[in-house]
Amino acid sequence: MNIYVLMKRTFDTEEKIQIDGGRIEEEGAEFIINPYDEYAIEEAIQLRDEHGGEVTVVTIGEEESEKQLRTALAMGADKAVLINTEDDLEEGDQYTTVKILEAFFEDKEADLILAGNVAIDEASGQVGPRLAERLNFSCATTITSISVDGDKAQIERDVEGDVEKLETSLPLLVTCQQGLNEPRYPSLPGIMKAKKKPLEELELDDLDLEEDDVEAKTKTIEIYLPPEKEAGKVLEGEVDDQVKELVSLLQNEAKVL
Amino acid sequence: MSRKVLVIGEVREGALRNVSFEAIAAAKTMSDGGEIVGVLCGSDDLTNMGKELIYYGADRVVTVQSDQLASYTSEGYSQALMAVIDDESPEGIVMGHTAIGKDVTPKLASKIETGLISDAVNIEETGDNIVFTRPIYSGKAFEKKIITDGLIFATIRPNNIKALDRDEGRSGEVTAREVDIKDLRTVIKDVIRKSTEGVDLSEANVIIAGGRGVKSEDGFKPLEELAEVLGGAVGASRGACDAEYCDYSLQIGQTGKVVTPDLYIACGISGAIQHLAGMSNSKVIVAINKDPEANIFNVADYGIVGDLFDVVPKLTEEIKQIKVNA
Repeated sequence: MNIYVLMKRTFDTEEKIQIDGGRIEEEGAEFIINPYDEYAIEEAIQLRDEHGGEVTVVTIGEEESEKQLRTALAMGADKAVLINTEDDLEEGDQYTTVKILEAFFEDKEADLILAGNVAIDEASGQVGPRLAERLNFSCATTITSISVDGDKAQIERDVEGDVEKLETSLPLLVTCQQGLNEPRYPSLPGIMKAKKKPLEELELDDLDLEEDDVEAKTKTIEIYLPPEKEAGKVLEGEVDDQVKELVSLLQNEAKVL
Repeated sequence: MSRKVLVIGEVREGALRNVSFEAIAAAKTMSDGGEIVGVLCGSDDLTNMGKELIYYGADRVVTVQSDQLASYTSEGYSQALMAVIDDESPEGIVMGHTAIGKDVTPKLASKIETGLISDAVNIEETGDNIVFTRPIYSGKAFEKKIITDGLIFATIRPNNIKALDRDEGRSGEVTAREVDIKDLRTVIKDVIRKSTEGVDLSEANVIIAGGRGVKSEDGFKPLEELAEVLGGAVGASRGACDAEYCDYSLQIGQTGKVVTPDLYIACGISGAIQHLAGMSNSKVIVAINKDPEANIFNVADYGIVGDLFDVVPKLTEEIKQIKVNA
């Protein structure tokens, strides 16, 4: 099976967010593979081990994303591709990303594309289904289980807590939800091997794209932090009294009961 | 500049979802006096639901009824919705940021090659622009965003934009549109209901969430009882899910669901930064925890330092009392 994974480099979930000059301050922050993309990488590796074939991990970003690609290779992916937009793009949105990916996949003959169901930074969740539409692939979002037999796939999806079971056909794009698997940590031999695995770097030019072709359809005009929440009232006294006081506060002060 | 705006309504278990009414209110801002057209898809007769959308502010409703739309599939729904979009040529589209909204709107946006702003919590008109506010980094920050080219397309987060009051005095036409839905590659085999009592976490007004402090699967029982008297839903921290006290579908946090109920009661949750990202924008937060140093107290409006197994049942009783007296 010819398997691709869409990966994004994101802020570590531990990071506090700071804003400098209207932008999220990246200086000094730790970066990771978007946690939902880790499920995608793990599932891709398992499917390849079962069915044969190759796993290629693709990301759009800057030079720094090489580190996360190497981690994916160390987990067991076979090849990595960095589409480096550092010199070409100031800003982009999901339209931009999908335009680039559409051009990338044009000659790839992918059977299966896996992605995270959402990135924990911008959290639009659009790239997977948008790309499926462009490539005319079947599509299933927020999957928690997948098995492939020939050109059929049996899938379980998380739908707001319920489990939906469906059957669909390849070529297929899925987006991965928590619960799909337990992503492995890269092993030491894996890390050593990853250094020698192919990591291809492309620019828009290599995909026959001009900056204008991928111009964003949306624009961020402001980024701000929510007001710092002030610590509230910790109640005192016997438990019974605290409970009574709490109910009275919820009723009369907060007015939520 | 007035715009025609399409509102994609959503039916769940035989009833319109509240977020569909909220989407009509959002459409009012987007339309600037233009026509608001509701759309509904399904396999049953949708006329009454269409009227309901009108009572909540839609000017007109188009329904697409087909056996192929009995359960949601992205292919079936996008075919039905694209037919209506082609008919109506709207200048704006809005829908709830629900499981269906998240799945179908990117496909529609991709088909019509337009921008899409997902998960907006506020919409305002500023000059010629419609400005959407949306959380990023799971609510650790917010961004304001506009569409720069083409149709204005957005999904809105449930519970954030206030629906208009229902008014049976509003009238409008409900028309049916035939759509020939074909070549579906995806077949739904089964749906296993796991969500509690029909109250969906993302739409719940009240959430009772448990952390490692609940200690076991049974430990969630007092939380479920409290949720029941409050008409709320039960959620959990990652800690509780990892310890297998509950299903991952209940997880609230940076990975997991991001929620903004009116009342969030955190029971035995320490308050890791990833959990806070998922709930700290709730309107009122109550923390119940044995550890007075727990991080959760820093975001709580009201805190009780104590054992949840002692506090929660008493709270349930007390609330039952006031409900009886009310």
